[in-house]
Amino acid sequence: MFITQVLNGLQLGSIYALVALGYTMVYGIILLLNFAHGDIIMVGAYVSWLVMAQLGLPPVLAIVLSVAACTLVGVLIDKVAYAPLRNAPRLSILITAIGVSYFLENGAQLVFGADAKVVPAYTDLTTVQVAGLTLSFPSVLTVLVTIAATVALTLVVQKTKLGKAMRAVSEDMGAARLMGINVNSTISFTFAVGSALAGIGAVLYAMAYTQANPTMGMMLGTKAFVAAVLGGIGSIPGAVVGGLLVGFAEVFVNAIGLSVWKDAVVFLLLIIVLVVRPTGIFGRTMSEKV
Amino acid sequence: MSEKRPIISTGGRGPAAGGARRTLPMPARYAINAIVVLVLLVLGELMISGGAINRYQSTVLEQVGIYIILAVSLNIATGYLGQLPLGHAGFMSMGAYGCSIFIIRMSEFLGVGARDFVTGTPMAFLIVIGGLIVGGLCAAIAGIIIGIPALRLKGDYLAIITLAFAEIIRVVMLNIDDVLGFELTGGAAGLTGIPGFSSFLLVFGCVAVVCFLIHTMMKSRHGRAILAIRDNEIAAEATGVNTTYYKTLAFVVSAFFAGVAGGLYAGCVGVLQPAVFGFMKSIEILVMVVLGGMGSMLGSAISATVLTILPEALRAFSEYRMIAYAVVLIIVMIFRPQGLLGSYDFSLSRIIERVMNRDFPWRKRNDAPADTAEEKEVSADV
Amino acid sequence: MSNEKKKHRSVLVQVETPNLIPERDLGTIPVLQAEHLGIDFGGLTAVDDFNIAMGRTEISGLIGPNGAGKTTIFNLLTSVYKPTRGTVLVDGYDTAGKSVAEVNRMGVARTFQNIRLFSKMTVEQNVLVGFGNTMKTHLVTDMLRLPGHWRQEAEFHDRALELLDIFDMRKYADTQAGNLPYGAQRRLEILRALATSPKVLLLDEPAAGMNPAETEELMENIQKIRDEFQIAILLIEHDMSLVMGVCEVVGVLDYGKIIAKGTPEQIQNDPRVIEAYLGKQGVK
Repeated sequence: MFITQVLNGLQLGSIYALVALGYTMVYGIILLLNFAHGDIIMVGAYVSWLVMAQLGLPPVLAIVLSVAACTLVGVLIDKVAYAPLRNAPRLSILITAIGVSYFLENGAQLVFGADAKVVPAYTDLTTVQVAGLTLSFPSVLTVLVTIAATVALTLVVQKTKLGKAMRAVSEDMGAARLMGINVNSTISFTFAVGSALAGIGAVLYAMAYTQANPTMGMMLGTKAFVAAVLGGIGSIPGAVVGGLLVGFAEVFVNAIGLSVWKDAVVFLLLIIVLVVRPTGIFGRTMSEKV
Repeated sequence: MSEKRPIISTGGRGPAAGGARRTLPMPARYAINAIVVLVLLVLGELMISGGAINRYQSTVLEQVGIYIILAVSLNIATGYLGQLPLGHAGFMSMGAYGCSIFIIRMSEFLGVGARDFVTGTPMAFLIVIGGLIVGGLCAAIAGIIIGIPALRLKGDYLAIITLAFAEIIRVVMLNIDDVLGFELTGGAAGLTGIPGFSSFLLVFGCVAVVCFLIHTMMKSRHGRAILAIRDNEIAAEATGVNTTYYKTLAFVVSAFFAGVAGGLYAGCVGVLQPAVFGFMKSIEILVMVVLGGMGSMLGSAISATVLTILPEALRAFSEYRMIAYAVVLIIVMIFRPQGLLGSYDFSLSRIIERVMNRDFPWRKRNDAPADTAEEKEVSADV
Repeated sequence: MSNEKKKHRSVLVQVETPNLIPERDLGTIPVLQAEHLGIDFGGLTAVDDFNIAMGRTEISGLIGPNGAGKTTIFNLLTSVYKPTRGTVLVDGYDTAGKSVAEVNRMGVARTFQNIRLFSKMTVEQNVLVGFGNTMKTHLVTDMLRLPGHWRQEAEFHDRALELLDIFDMRKYADTQAGNLPYGAQRRLEILRALATSPKVLLLDEPAAGMNPAETEELMENIQKIRDEFQIAILLIEHDMSLVMGVCEVVGVLDYGKIIAKGTPEQIQNDPRVIEAYLGKQGVK
C-alpha cells in the first residue's frame, strides 16, 4: 500500500516535473510566465485521442504525433503571439499569454465539445514485476521517461552549442545578440524543447488518467507552474524537485482522506514558499540595477 | 530667491502669454457632475418603472453596473498600481458570500421578509447597505491577508500568488460546511435564499459612489504615490514613498470594491456557487480592464458595458464568444498594448472649461509642450 | 519620525580628516557620516573602508574611474544596498535596518545616473510626490474631499510651482515628465529630490550628457541650491571642471577604496590620483 502511494506520488510528480521544465525554460529565457503551456498538454492529449480513437492508428504513431503537435503548437504560439511583443512591457506579454491559453481552451471546446474524451490505452501492459513487487506499468514508465528526459535536457543545455546559446540569451539577451547568437531561433528552440517535454507529459498524463478535456491543461499547468516556482524558476533540477514535491503533497493529502482540499494544499504550499523564500529552492535572486 | 535665471533660456513664451484660462471652481465641478449623475439615475429609474426597459433588460443593466464596479476596482491594482492580480473573482466571492450571509442572518434576526427587500423598506435598505459594507470588508481583509505577502513579489509571482489565493478561497467556500459543520456557504449546491435586493438604482448608485471614491483617492497625495510606484518603483522609494503601504492600500481598496460588487451580484442572481468565482471570472474582469485601457476608468466602464451586453445580444453565437474574447485580447496586446483608451479619462468639467475658453481641438493650441522643441534647438545651439 | 526621536543619537565616530569639514559647519553634527563602510558582492569587494563626514552646508564631490564603486556608495548611503560592514549616520541617526523611503525621510534625497522620473505623470505631480510626506491629510479626508483636502492641495500646488521656478520650469507644470527635453528631466529630478526637504542631496552624475555651457549653469545652480536651502550636497561626477569648480572637498575612489581626499587643489596635484586616472606612465 505504502509502495503504491509512493509510486503514485512519483508518477504524478514526474508529470508535473516534465511540464514544470517547460515553464522553467521559457521563463528562464524570456522571463515569461507562459500561461498557455498547460494547454499545450491538452492539445497533446487530444491528438492522442484523435489518432487512436478516431483514426484507429497504432499508439506509437499517437505518441509521435502528440509530441510533434505539441512542439509545433509551442513554437507557433511564440512566433504568432509572443515574438511581436519581445520589447513590450512584461504585463502585455503576460496578458497575451493568458489570451493564448483562453484561445486554446475555448478553441478545443468549440471543436471537440465540452465533455471529456476517453483516450484509449497506449499499451495492454498494466503491471510489471520489479523485485518481487507488482507495480503499475504506466507509473514505472512515467518515472523512467521523466528521468531520461531530464538527463537529456541537462545534457542539451550544458553540452551543446544550442544549450550554450540558450544560457547566454537567458543571461543577457542584448549581449548574446551582439555575440552573434541568433536570439530568435534560440528562443524558438527553447519553446520547441519545452513544448516537446509538455507533449511527453501529455502522453504520460493520458496514459494515467485516460481522458482529454478542454480545461485539463489549466489546473495541470497551474500546478506545474507551482512546481517550477517551488523549485526555483529557471532551474532544471529545481523543476524536477518541485514537481515531485507537489506530486507527493497531493498524493499524501489524498491518502489521508482530504482529497477535496488537495488543490488548496498545493496553492497554500506555493504561498508559503513564495513568502519564505521567493526564489524557490534552487532559484537565484534577480534584482534591478539601480 | 534673488535671481531666477533659467539654465537654458527659452525666450519667455509660456501659456500665460495667451491670458489666464478661465476655470470652473471646484464646488461647481462637483455640483455639475452630481447633477448629471442624479439626472441619469432618475431617468433610468423612470424608464424602468414606465416600462420602457423591461425586466430582463434591467437585469442585464444591473449586471453591467456590477461589472463596471469590478473593472474599475481591478483597474486600481492593474492600471494605477501596475501590478497584475489574477484573483479578483476571489475578492468578489468573499464579498458575495460575506454580504449574503450577513443579509440572510440579519433579516432573520430582525424579521425582515424577502418581500421587503423588493419593495425597499427603510430597514431592508439599511441591512443591504450594511451587507454591502460587510462584503467589502470581508474582501478587504482577504486583500490584506494576501496583499502583504504577495506585494513583496514582483510581476508574475504576484499574479500567480493571487491566482493561488483565489483558488484557495474557492476550495474553502466549496468545502467549509462539510469540514467544520457550519451552515455558511452551502458548498457545491450553492447558497440560496438570498433576497433579490439589487435594483437599478442601488447598483448604479454604487457605481457612482465607487467611481467618485476611486477618482478622489487617485487625485490626492495617496493616489500620486500609487502612480509613482507604477511609473518607477525605485525612484518612488527614493522620493520617500512608503511603497509597501501604498501597494497594500491600492490592493485593499481594489479588493473592497470588488467585495461590494460581489454583494450586488449576490442580490442580483439570488444564488451563489463557488464554481462561478473561478479563474475564468478573474480573467473576464481583467479583459475588461485591459481592453478599455489600463488606468482609464472610462475605458474600464465602457468595455465592461460592451462585454456584458454583447454576449446577451449575441446569444446565438455564445460558443464563439470566448474565442473572440481571446483573439481580441491578443490582437489588442500586439497592436495597442495600452488598451483602447490608453490612460485617457473623461472629465465633464474639462470639456465645459474648454468650451468656456473656446479651446476646441480643431483650433491650434498654444500650450507649454510646444516649447519643448524650441528648447531642444536652443540647447543644441549653445 | 517620532520613533527616531526617541532613540539616542549614535556616538559620533572620530572623523578621519576633520579639517576637511568647512569651518562654518564645525561645531554641529555632521549631516552625513559613513564609517568604515563596505560591501561585498559574492566575495568581490565593491566598496571597502569608505569614510565620510559632511558638514551641514558642504558641497563635496566623489570622482573616480568607471566601476570604481561611486554609485554603489550612493546605494549604500541611501539603504538601497545593505552594507556588509560599517555604519551610515544621517544627522547622527543610524540608518541600519531602515528602508530606502525611511532614509529619505531621515533627510537623504538623491537623483539617479540613468534618469528615473515618474514619466507618465506631469511635472507638477512629480514634485508633489516629493512633497507627499510633508502633506498630512488622511485618506478619508482626501477621498471625501473634506475642506482639509482643498486647503492642502492649494497650498502644495503653490509650493510646487515655486519650487519649479528655481529652474524656470513652471511653464512645464502640466507637461508629462517623460516628454521633457533631456536637460529639463535632469533638473526635474533634482527638484523632486528637493521637494522631500532633504538635509543632504546626492547627485549621481548631474552633468552627464550636458554641454559645457549647460554644465556651467548647473554649477551655479548647485551653489544656488545650497545657499537657498542650506543643505549639504554630495555629487558623483566625471566632469572635472564641475567637480573642481563647485566642490569644497573631493574624494577620489579607485577599486572601491578612497585613495585621496582633499580640496580640489590638493587633489589635482596628487600623484595617486593621476596614477589612478592615467596609469603609472602619467606620473612620470
